[in-house]
Amino acid sequence: MIQRVANAALLLIAVLVLNFTMMHLAPGDIADTISQSMGGADATVMQQIRAEYGLDQPFLFQLKTYITKVLHFDLGYSYFYNQPVTTLILEKLPATLLLVISAQLLALVLGILMGVYAARNRNGFFSFLVTLFALLGYSAPVFWTGILLLIAFSLKIQWFPVAGMVDVTISGGFFTRALDIAHHLFLPMITLASIFIALYSRLCRASVMEVLGTDYVRTAKAKGLPERSVVYKHALRNALAPVVTLAGLQFSAVVSGAVLVETVFSWPGLGSLALQSIIARDTPTILGILFFSALVVIVGNLLTDIVLRMLDPRIASKG
Amino acid sequence: MNDSFRSQNKPALLKVQNLTIELTTRLGTAPVIDDVSFELHEGETLCFVGESGCGKSMTALALMGLLPEKVSRIASGSIEFNGVDVTQASADFLNQLRGNELSMIFQEPMTSLNPVFTVGEQIAEVLRHHQGVDKSTGVKLATQLLDQVKIPEAHRRVHSFPHELSGGQRQRVMIAMALACQPKLLIADEPTTALDVTVQAQIFDLLDELQKEHNTAIMLITHDMGVVAEMAERMVVMYAGRKIEEGPVDEVLQQPAHPYTRGLIACVPHLQAFMHEERVPLLEVPGVVPSLNQFGGNQCLFADRCDQVNERCLNNRPENKYTNQRSVACWYPTAEGVFL
Amino acid sequence: MTTESPSPIKARHPAADAIAMFFKNIPAVVALIVLTAIILAGIFGPIFYAADPYDMVWAPFSPPGEEGFIFGTDYLGRDLFAGILHGARVSLLVGLSAAAMTVFIGVTIGALAGFFQGWVEEVLMRITEFFQVLPTLLFSMVIVALFGASLPVITLAIGLVSWPAVARITRAEFLSIRQLEYVTASRASGMKPFGLMFSIILPNAAPPIIVQTALMVGSAILFEAGLSFLGLTDPNVVSWGQIIGSNRPYILDAGYTVTLPGVAIFITVLCLSLIGDGLNDALNPKLRQR
Repeated sequence: MIQRVANAALLLIAVLVLNFTMMHLAPGDIADTISQSMGGADATVMQQIRAEYGLDQPFLFQLKTYITKVLHFDLGYSYFYNQPVTTLILEKLPATLLLVISAQLLALVLGILMGVYAARNRNGFFSFLVTLFALLGYSAPVFWTGILLLIAFSLKIQWFPVAGMVDVTISGGFFTRALDIAHHLFLPMITLASIFIALYSRLCRASVMEVLGTDYVRTAKAKGLPERSVVYKHALRNALAPVVTLAGLQFSAVVSGAVLVETVFSWPGLGSLALQSIIARDTPTILGILFFSALVVIVGNLLTDIVLRMLDPRIASKG
Repeated sequence: MNDSFRSQNKPALLKVQNLTIELTTRLGTAPVIDDVSFELHEGETLCFVGESGCGKSMTALALMGLLPEKVSRIASGSIEFNGVDVTQASADFLNQLRGNELSMIFQEPMTSLNPVFTVGEQIAEVLRHHQGVDKSTGVKLATQLLDQVKIPEAHRRVHSFPHELSGGQRQRVMIAMALACQPKLLIADEPTTALDVTVQAQIFDLLDELQKEHNTAIMLITHDMGVVAEMAERMVVMYAGRKIEEGPVDEVLQQPAHPYTRGLIACVPHLQAFMHEERVPLLEVPGVVPSLNQFGGNQCLFADRCDQVNERCLNNRPENKYTNQRSVACWYPTAEGVFL
Repeated sequence: MTTESPSPIKARHPAADAIAMFFKNIPAVVALIVLTAIILAGIFGPIFYAADPYDMVWAPFSPPGEEGFIFGTDYLGRDLFAGILHGARVSLLVGLSAAAMTVFIGVTIGALAGFFQGWVEEVLMRITEFFQVLPTLLFSMVIVALFGASLPVITLAIGLVSWPAVARITRAEFLSIRQLEYVTASRASGMKPFGLMFSIILPNAAPPIIVQTALMVGSAILFEAGLSFLGLTDPNVVSWGQIIGSNRPYILDAGYTVTLPGVAIFITVLCLSLIGDGLNDALNPKLRQR
């Protein structure tokens, strides 16, 4: 486990190196950005700015400075928003985390339930529906699904709010506000989850079907355990491992999908921020977001590891 | 037609009559168990012998009600256990029986235990389910059972996961699990095939000992004639889904009536001398078991490999012939003086 | 009780066998036909349907069917049908070339890792792991933002972020195949490593890679659509995602302007998934036994 954490730290530093290299490779630098926002500057001023930001130092030295700064939670300064990038990101991070985690959990729970049901009734109509839904969910562009749901449930039938995360006109205690956020969260969460419900239910169906054919499931039946216990105790726990592994690998895709879903539903998270700062060519913010989203994925992967260890003692004993 | 010939005063514990099981494969549907009948009495050991693919394991799974669904089905016949036909029984009734009065140990100890639960939990689960004991009693009893099957340091091993045990130990756990509720009948399907030779002997000694203690009937499935000679009182020889010979072990081994049985015994030369310190697996009878699409034909299915084959064998399925203790399905049985 | 005797099986080339198997799969065949139609429409459609997708031709927000515009017009009064036909070219072109790039990088890295093992594998798999940690869409957004929104950059960005899945599959195949007897035999007969890799192992590792390629084209199309939906595309090029993105503010007045291009993406990707499934069934010998 310690090794995994060390590995994760290494990955993060690699992300930083990549970030920095891209910043270097990209045409234009901070001096250009600043001079643009000042409405143009002559060569001496540009030189000054470059010296101030250490841009005249050698590449590796700059890299070292950059990494040291990030380790002190300093991701630079956004000239577009006039705020430190870290502050900017931490402000938007909770909304993204809420969306990503709730969608991932919903997808896992629904995907597993549908997969198990389809595996137990493998030639039934519902099993066919799961296969069909998996195909549809995977093939539909997530932003399009979102727009269709928005048209149907926010514009035509006005069950859900059109945009945002909170209704500022609503005041009240914690519970009222939580309910309001949940109300706003529902459609974006369903939209984002739809891709992954499809993926997980399909894999879970295959996995449960495979496990139902194993020797230890036969042993469980030979013990006289009722089918419910055979499926939910003996088979499911084993069948979950591949589903959880897949869910772990999908964390980066969930974060990616969140960017699109946030844009569709004007959800005030990192995705919206990323798009705005890309349009504004606000490089420090963009790279800061890339770093933070990689951090989210890495933490997600570590959590997956922990869950897998709890599911299967064989993984834990391998160290 | 009831071709059970053995009569005892007590009714048989297990009575299989004219059992036919059909298996559906890509090539079509074939009777993998074809009109098989036999009986088993309390405390008795019966051996099922034959090459792989002759339907031994299918018979065992049918008894347990665990035939692979969708590809196989009981086409006809009955399986009476304790007077109840299990082929007609409800799922709930079968669940009351399995693991309780009727239990089974499998060929592959490496894969037959659930990798994610401790062995103690897997044993205790049976006790909780059938005897309604509580959690802590379950663990206590599981420890005792592990001790009984001679697993060292049972109180520690009870918390081990299957992957932490050796193959022999896992099979002991399977035995402990199967015997937890002191079943009337234990079906052991090639219980030592996957294990080292030295471990094999220990497992059989253990089964023998536990049987004597609890008067459990054992149906032992094997392809190892050495095991038959040592363990069983009676044996049934299966070939291509059919019962071709049955009788007391010592008689059959001394005077095999079916040419296939003779071939099996000839493969293990020392058996004829009745020395069985060392077990040698079945070597070979020339030729191979017929393919599934030949199963069920109206002929002797051993004809291809038999040196005495003639027209009659190729055109008529041999009927079972009986004496007081034995039966054989061959037009020309070789045990002179027994079948005439 | 006799069984049907099996019809005599002629020995055939495994590829012929797989093709025959594929054509028995009705959804996959239908998907192949539909996809072919979409590709042909993308190639020849703009030639026969001469309307310019950038021109204002009629009043904005005319619903489908009005005045001969079968898909209606968008918020600027542009012909939506022309837009979708032209968009097909871009979506398919970017999808195919990005998938080709994905497969090329993925197979190369996976093959090297699976074949040489040792430190080569260690280093390559670490790189793969690294790329899997970066959220694909965000990473490609960053690339596009930094290096400009042109079709080559977009294609490159998609290829650069999508290959890890292919690399993992290729490596797994190589690892299992390199231990087989015929590989050992070829090695023993003095074959050079690269000959071994590409003429012996790769053909045998091909089936799952082919299946993955079909799926990769689909996901590259989705990817391109996502980027252009966000506006991160060449502003002078029409694509399906871009039509949806630019019409998004007007969904209340003209829902069809986002629905129709979305249907085009959906059907194309669905066809590719079905073809992938069909290929999987046809190429996976384990399933064929059933």
